[in-house]
Amino acid sequence: MKIYLNEKKVTVTPGAKVAELVKKHKPGADLCILNGFPCLMEHTVAANDRVVLIEKGKRPSKRELEHLLAARHTPGVHARLKKACVGIAGCGGLGSTAAMALARAGVGTLIIADFDVVEPSNLNRQQYYVDQIGEAKVDALAGNIRRANPYVQVVKHRVRIVRQNVKALFRDADVVIEAFDRADQKLMLADAMLDLLPKTPLVIGNGMAGYGANDLLRTRRVGNLHICGDEASEAGHGFGLMAPRVGACALLQANQALEILLGPDPRITRSEIRNPIPR
Amino acid sequence: MINVNGERHPWHAGLSITRLLQEKNYVFPMIIVQINGAHVHEERYADTMVRDGDDVAVIHLITGG
Repeated sequence: MKIYLNEKKVTVTPGAKVAELVKKHKPGADLCILNGFPCLMEHTVAANDRVVLIEKGKRPSKRELEHLLAARHTPGVHARLKKACVGIAGCGGLGSTAAMALARAGVGTLIIADFDVVEPSNLNRQQYYVDQIGEAKVDALAGNIRRANPYVQVVKHRVRIVRQNVKALFRDADVVIEAFDRADQKLMLADAMLDLLPKTPLVIGNGMAGYGANDLLRTRRVGNLHICGDEASEAGHGFGLMAPRVGACALLQANQALEILLGPDPRITRSEIRNPIPR
Repeated sequence: MINVNGERHPWHAGLSITRLLQEKNYVFPMIIVQINGAHVHEERYADTMVRDGDDVAVIHLITGG
């Protein structure tokens, strides 16, 4: 029977165990990912299984790396994400966090746009590092994406996003993530997208100051607008933004973008919550 | 009766977006309004009439990110 071993089609005898594949094809491998999930060496493989054998601690060759990075993606899902393009408007707390998650998930192309540079007060919540202070955010973010997944194509624009350039920046995106800080900027982008790219879904981050109150963070859909956040907690003097809650909102946005690209995950069931957390 | 952000709200003749926002006390400046999924521009709030049974969404955009 045929299986896919590290993305190559190989013939194995029915009833073969992972340990035998290791011995024959990849001596030294000590981790097996079967159809996107780790399995034991004693596991028996079935026809058309996708098996990835990894030797922990060993740096793979560049040629090997891409399918090893994709080993924990569900077969089929990765191929679809690889063809997708997500636009990210703003590379601050929301944009940098959403971008890293989408890059790790294997989205093929990310368009990132921001005019600003990394400064020290960004580091309380944005995915940058001390040694990147002073770098343009789009350069720093592109570098961090490359370190996590070098197979993502990053299209970077160091530019202030205004109504006049929205269409040119994001016309190729399948989904756009709004990741600005200020409300007037969010409104500008939403208005521009509704008028100029009305068919492109826009995922907005709206209300995520402070900490806690996980249950209030949610996603609401209004036509082609997908609104993530609590829609109430406005950042201001004495009510700052913190990495966990901004990050949670950014990851809701990234997660929503995946659902838009792939359709609802058929494996997730929506049963009623049996043990609600008392407040 | 109309729907506003998922809540029922009484309808009456002559109900413009401007009037509806007053009735709901939606006085914040940064908003997006959609009627049955169609975007309504701010300069049209006064002369855009809500019809009985319409589904109105008002999104209040707030700072933070």
